[in-house]
Amino acid sequence: MSNTSYVAAHVKALPFSGIRKFFDIVASRQDVISLGVGEPDFDTPWTVREAAVFSLERGATHYTSNRGDPVLRQAIARYVARQFGAEYDWDQEILVTVGVSEAIDIALRTVLNPGDEVIYHEPCFVSYRPSIIMAGGVPVCVETRREDQFRLTREMLEKAVTSKTRVLMLNFPCNPTGAVLSRTDVEDIADFCMTHDLLLLTDEIYAELTYDAKHVSFISIPGMKKRTIFMHGMSKAWAMTGFRIGYACAPADVSENMMKLHQYAIMSAPTTGQKAAAEALERGDAAVAEMLAEYNRRRNYLITSFAEMDIPCHTPAGAFYAFPYIGDLGISSEDFAMRFLEEHNVAVVPGEAFGQSGTGFLRCAYATRMDNIREAMARMAQFVARLREEKG
Amino acid sequence: MHEILDILKKNARTSVEDIGKMLRLSPEDVATQIETYEQSGTIRGYRALVNEDDLPGDRVTSVIEVKVQPEREGGFDRIARRISGFPEVKNMYLMSGKYDLLLFVEGDTLREVATFVSERLSTLDGVLSTGTHFMLKTYKQDGVLMDGEKVDERLPVSP
Ligand SMILES: Cc1ncc(COP(=O)(O)O)c(C=O)c1O
Repeated sequence: MSNTSYVAAHVKALPFSGIRKFFDIVASRQDVISLGVGEPDFDTPWTVREAAVFSLERGATHYTSNRGDPVLRQAIARYVARQFGAEYDWDQEILVTVGVSEAIDIALRTVLNPGDEVIYHEPCFVSYRPSIIMAGGVPVCVETRREDQFRLTREMLEKAVTSKTRVLMLNFPCNPTGAVLSRTDVEDIADFCMTHDLLLLTDEIYAELTYDAKHVSFISIPGMKKRTIFMHGMSKAWAMTGFRIGYACAPADVSENMMKLHQYAIMSAPTTGQKAAAEALERGDAAVAEMLAEYNRRRNYLITSFAEMDIPCHTPAGAFYAFPYIGDLGISSEDFAMRFLEEHNVAVVPGEAFGQSGTGFLRCAYATRMDNIREAMARMAQFVARLREEKG
Repeated sequence: MHEILDILKKNARTSVEDIGKMLRLSPEDVATQIETYEQSGTIRGYRALVNEDDLPGDRVTSVIEVKVQPEREGGFDRIARRISGFPEVKNMYLMSGKYDLLLFVEGDTLREVATFVSERLSTLDGVLSTGTHFMLKTYKQDGVLMDGEKVDERLPVSP
């Protein structure tokens, strides 16, 4: 037997997602209450599912145009205009992808030359750093902090920028912190991009899920559209993760070149998903609003519960994650998550799964039923009391 | 600010403590607000949402279309009040179209409902005709799906 590995060295060097190990342990247990799920618990709104079924009955089971079904692209153009205040040409500037996941991958591969530096922020979504590396870029991490409510500030960015920086990659509202940016933050960061002539990749997949103020999109800032790849998708606000539909809005030449990668790797995004997405964008507002109201109640419940337990937690103003700090309890977040699972059968994700700066934090997703949240918080209160006793 | 009502409409047994946490209000404030709703009659009561199909026995619900003779003075109201007074009638509406009144009538047995229709309802002055339909299965009631169970098929942990 030969010892040759068939796997390329640079892929072999890529670490597994921090979530994977934990996933295996949780999956091996029964009746776990999980606050570890990064997708909505709601079913996709019925009108949307019904539209998908109808499209199947009608025989819409073929490829669509590489860029995506024109009906969907037009719906996206209308939606982005009314929701985020930016006009995109549906035929030249919009590309339908297999989730935001694909959009991130092809956007980075389209724009990076080997050695280009990409500034991104941690704690962040698990795919960011590996995607930058696989696209030949050099990831430059900026750590957001609890004392800033995990916002990104211009000062932090100015410290990270070099002559090699080409791209800034952002995700607000943020997974896992629930952080959002204020209008001033957005304007400052936009100005930073313009000053340093950077391309902005902005993953605004949680844009609809903000609780205290309406989301401000980077593409609404004058002068930003031409240097921005705006990425969004149906997974979160419309509870459509399994449909696998995302999209990227970008200047025509960038979009056209992204389309080449998409065409060769994917052909076209799933047709059933595209039909469903068009329905969701045209008639989904009420369902989104209803889910948002429910998330908000759960969020409030979590925040109040952490306060009662005397666990510091910044107020997450977007997405569906709370990110409490347990570093004062004399236990690492990984040990906390493991023991909480073993002793109380509740799953939360240790913060370091989202980058080193997540150490000491837990990600608690509130995309789960209210009674689960209530029970999880009751058990956490017991567990935390126990930890405090142990610590003495 | 009717969020308290939204929550109670979904689950009337949610405690004032939990509602307080969901809305970031004190339990006392929630209790006071609920009392106000109760006193003003905005909240008329609380009851369980029961899937009758799950219970033993043959309790039946029927939908009855009734044509009536409207009166020169009072229109449909007098006869409608008369019919709606019967405790067997659970819901009742004046409709446009081929018939005038739509009744939801419940009884312990088919015979009981049939007797109500033939002996009480059709014999009333002003009732011209009735059409009775028995319900066979409940799929959805008050916005809640009654047919089948929901399972969470999501992965237990995901990024
Ligand atoms: C920040 C962020 N970006 C992208 C994704 C991927 O979403 P999609 O289902 O559109 O691929 C997720 C999903 O968890 C996410 O949290």
